[in-house]
Amino acid sequence: MTYIAKPRIVHGGLTRNALGLTIRDYEGGMSTLCAGCGHDSVTAAIVQAFFELDIPPHRVAKMSGIGCSSKTPAYFLGASHGFNAVHGRMPSVATGASVANRELYLLGVSGDGDSLSIGLGQFAHAIRRNLNMVYVLENNGVYGLTKGQFSASADVGSKARKGEVNEQQPIDPVQMAMAQGGTFVARSFSGDKEQLVPLLKAAIKHQGFALVDVISPCVTFNDHEDSTKSYSYTRQFFHRAVHLDYVPPLEEIKVAYDEGEVMPIELHDGSRILLRKLSKDYSFTNRGAALDYIRSHQRKGEIVTGLLYIDESEPDLHGINHTTTAPLCNLDFETLCPGSQALATLQQRFR
Amino acid sequence: MEPTKTSGTEYFHRVVDCQWACPAHTDVPEYIRLIAQGRFSDAYMLNRVSNVFPGILGRVCDRPCEPACRRVRVEDEPVAICRLKRVAADNRGDIRDRLPKAAEQKNGKRIALIGAGCASLTVVNDLLPLGYECVIYEALDKHGGLMRTNIPSFRLPATVLDEEMDYIIDMGADLRLGTPVESMKRLLAEGYDAIFVGSGAPKGKNLDLPGRLDSDRIHIGIQWLESVAFEHVDSIGENVLIIGVGNTAMDCCRTSLRLGAKNVKVMARKPRKFFKASDWELEDAEEELVEIVVNYSPKAFVMEAGKLVGMTFEKMEYDLDDDGNIADTRVVAEEFFACDDVVLAIGQENAFPWIERDIGIQFDQWEVPVVDPVTFEATLPGVFFGGDAAFGPKNIIWAVEHGHQAAISIHKYCQAQSLTDRLPRGVNLQSAKMGMHEWSYSNDYDPTARRMMPSVDLKERFKKLNIEVELGFSVEQIVKEVERCLNCDLQTVFFADLCIECDACIDVCPVDCLTITANEDEQTLKNNLKSPLLNPDQPLYVSASLKQTGRVMVKDENLCVHCGLCAERCPTAAWDMQKSTVNIPYAIDEMVQDEARCLENQKTG
Ligand SMILES: Cc1cc2nc3c(=O)[nH]c(=O)nc-3n(C[C@H](O)[C@H](O)[C@H](O)COP(=O)(O)OP(=O)(O)OC[C@H]3O[C@@H](n4cnc5c(N)ncnc54)[C@H](O)[C@@H]3O)c2cc1C
Ligand SMILES: Cc1ncc(C[n+]2csc(CCOP(=O)(O)OP(=O)(O)O)c2C)c(N)n1
Ligand code: SF4
Ligand code: SF4
Ligand code: SF4
Ligand code: SF4
Ligand SMILES: [Mg+2]
Repeated sequence: MTYIAKPRIVHGGLTRNALGLTIRDYEGGMSTLCAGCGHDSVTAAIVQAFFELDIPPHRVAKMSGIGCSSKTPAYFLGASHGFNAVHGRMPSVATGASVANRELYLLGVSGDGDSLSIGLGQFAHAIRRNLNMVYVLENNGVYGLTKGQFSASADVGSKARKGEVNEQQPIDPVQMAMAQGGTFVARSFSGDKEQLVPLLKAAIKHQGFALVDVISPCVTFNDHEDSTKSYSYTRQFFHRAVHLDYVPPLEEIKVAYDEGEVMPIELHDGSRILLRKLSKDYSFTNRGAALDYIRSHQRKGEIVTGLLYIDESEPDLHGINHTTTAPLCNLDFETLCPGSQALATLQQRFR
Repeated sequence: MEPTKTSGTEYFHRVVDCQWACPAHTDVPEYIRLIAQGRFSDAYMLNRVSNVFPGILGRVCDRPCEPACRRVRVEDEPVAICRLKRVAADNRGDIRDRLPKAAEQKNGKRIALIGAGCASLTVVNDLLPLGYECVIYEALDKHGGLMRTNIPSFRLPATVLDEEMDYIIDMGADLRLGTPVESMKRLLAEGYDAIFVGSGAPKGKNLDLPGRLDSDRIHIGIQWLESVAFEHVDSIGENVLIIGVGNTAMDCCRTSLRLGAKNVKVMARKPRKFFKASDWELEDAEEELVEIVVNYSPKAFVMEAGKLVGMTFEKMEYDLDDDGNIADTRVVAEEFFACDDVVLAIGQENAFPWIERDIGIQFDQWEVPVVDPVTFEATLPGVFFGGDAAFGPKNIIWAVEHGHQAAISIHKYCQAQSLTDRLPRGVNLQSAKMGMHEWSYSNDYDPTARRMMPSVDLKERFKKLNIEVELGFSVEQIVKEVERCLNCDLQTVFFADLCIECDACIDVCPVDCLTITANEDEQTLKNNLKSPLLNPDQPLYVSASLKQTGRVMVKDENLCVHCGLCAERCPTAAWDMQKSTVNIPYAIDEMVQDEARCLENQKTG
């Protein structure tokens, strides 16, 4: 962290997006995380993605649980809505927010502790409901906020700072989401914004639950030698399986590609993504094959990254539940509260 | 690209934009910090080392540092560098015992200096402490050159001028007033060890138009200002036309207002963007309700009954090309402007009628002496030029810098050393880290706007010629203005082997001037910067290869505001803020070097 705030300086190189905002308008308060924490880089990537997508900050609701990662919504999109829930319970609060106002962009930020230990059940059900949100899981293998205990994502054999070795099997959020029927499953690295920013943009535009698992080193408790979530280890075993280009609506696709190697996908707002295989034997349409690929590389100690699976055809929570198409705040009072007679009729159905 | 070489070279000096732009390389950020600490005498002495006349320059310097100031890259106005110099001078204590002193032991060498302006006085300031005897010949009865005769006292009070010049004269110069040098040949014959010509560019340009010689109400600006300064002239007609729109014109129009003129027009041939006068001098004149009339080219002086009644002008029209240069010129009309007096302020020139042309001192086709731009030596060995006499009219701070360089040359000449084998400039670096997030400077960016100089009321100021218009900053203003300086000498220094490529510095930098990217050739790196390159002349700071990925850290120095956030955010201290000090050698340093060499020889010999 720093003691002085990042000053608001409008310098000559600053550009404006379609809303006339600069990237600085998408920032939040000064970070209080440790200097060099991967989470701060994820924050910067989120800021960049929303800026480049021309999304008005007040159309976003930021959701989080507890942890260093869950603190970060305070450091971006200062003009958005936000809710800092209790430990592991962010998905429930997010579900409520989504039900109330389906037109907001929902962005959840969580950690490996918050999502994979106390919040594992909540996490799984959010996938199951295909809640229309971006779920950024800032994964550092430890409970950073409580001083570096192993989390459920710690790899077997990874050493803690004081030398203790983890012997329990890790939970991989990516594999879990794949198996659970997740409709957008991606992994990236806080130290690779070139990959992370387009992934976040696609995730924001995906209709349904979009998991972005981001390896985000804890520089204080898990960046030493023999850690499998350090900057240097991640860089060494980082394996890009799929490359993603995000193409905004109405923009021409400029890259030339061979059939079969690249898969264009149209997102619900007309923007497109182009997925390009970086590895011949990767299949981005077959859930089972993709899962096998991730597992076989995991056995070699490699971390497979990119947009690993996407399915735009599944209905989200609103589709599944046939909810009203308008946000509740836009309904007139009579529709929202049809009166005691309507309630009595409804109750009659359950008698 | 190869990693940038920063050690010992000019790289870090260039980053301190004001100091780089200042002809005498005044250590601006350091004196501003001293002022911030209330150490006015220290700030004054630091200034004096490089610019010799802080009180004078704090009022009338041409301030090339201000347009260069880094602050204008993040907001409209530069730091009030010049007026803060005045703060140091106005608030200093008695510094007389800290001034340089003439050496008690003379070295037996005698130097003649022609003209007692700022150029000559700087040479004397630098040579008396080394044991030289300095004889100054001055044609006029008072010393100071154009600073006294042309810069009006409402901008530069005589007390300020006298005090700072006397610091030098009182060291023990042999000042001979009212003693013009009428023959260089004769002076050469007097056997001086070296001669310095600091006689200025004393000839005001004339405007040879019909009627020019028919009236005594047509004045040449610099001669007229001199007559005013010596009180030979104390009035002027009600309606005055000033021809020309440079800084001299600004002094002429403002002086006219103080001698009784009611209606003063400055007549400019071209549109405003082509004016020679500095913006601030124009502003000061316009504040006094001087009218600046553009696009009128003088044609003739008009007399009636043997008396000047006005001038005719051709009204001009210009077509500008895409670059804003004049592509075409037309005369569209002729107009008459009535007046009682005309002051010609269209430039000044060198004039050396007293230098014989057969003694080995060469002049070029414009009658400007041929002078070496590094050593300031003329084509006759042992004769040196500086100030306006060297390369034509410039300004005080250039004259001072010429003086410093000429003093080094004179010393080397007298010691029979090579004039070109001069001590190099150097840069020292020292970490500014004092603790966690603690630096030895105030690093928080202060968005305060430039403070406005308070001045004497418009009615009051015309009552006497010598009422100084500017009042100087108040304490409240000083406190605010010093914080506007970005401390450009607090350099960001990078240690590639420590970087873990976490991007923290990149994300926190408020001006996006850092980039980690694959190493490429210079142009590709310039294209790949996080924020587009705005100043292609400023070299990039490129690191050695980073350990984890082999990429490089690239910094665009042009944008950096020296806030230190990169260094605060870096988990491994790969960035450090280090205070750079530029070492500028003076004649005295050359002498210290000689003595060291002497000792060395004694030991080995
Ligand atoms: C109207 C006007 C306003 C200006 N305002 C500014 C300003 O605001 N800021 C700024 O930085 N600069 C200003 N300048 C420019 C500045 O005054 C000069 O660049 C500077 O004074 C040059 O110094 P110098 O020592 O080279 O020569 P000068 O100051 O010209 O001194 C030369 C001296 O040599 C003497 N001399 C000449 N010939 C002989 C001889 N043969 N024998 C003996 N003595 C001789 C002269 O009498 C004179 O005293 C201004 C100039 C003018 C004309
Ligand atoms: C109900 C409850 N149990 C335990 C805690 C203690 N606690 C705070 S943060 C945290 C783990 C955070 O880990 P993670 O989500 O990985 O965040 P990180 O700090 O690593 O980013 C725990 C167990 C708590 N705050 N609330
Ligand atoms: S403890 Fe770890 S996760 Fe928490 S802020 Fe520090 S580096 Fe980041
Ligand atoms: S900000 Fe300060 S140090 Fe930087 S150029 Fe301006 S005056 Fe000089
Ligand atoms: S000091 Fe560092 S953070 Fe601040 S502007 Fe310069 S490079 Fe950026
Ligand atoms: S903050 Fe330090 S370690 Fe991180 S990228 Fe910048 S220089 Fe490297
Ligand atoms: Mg964690």
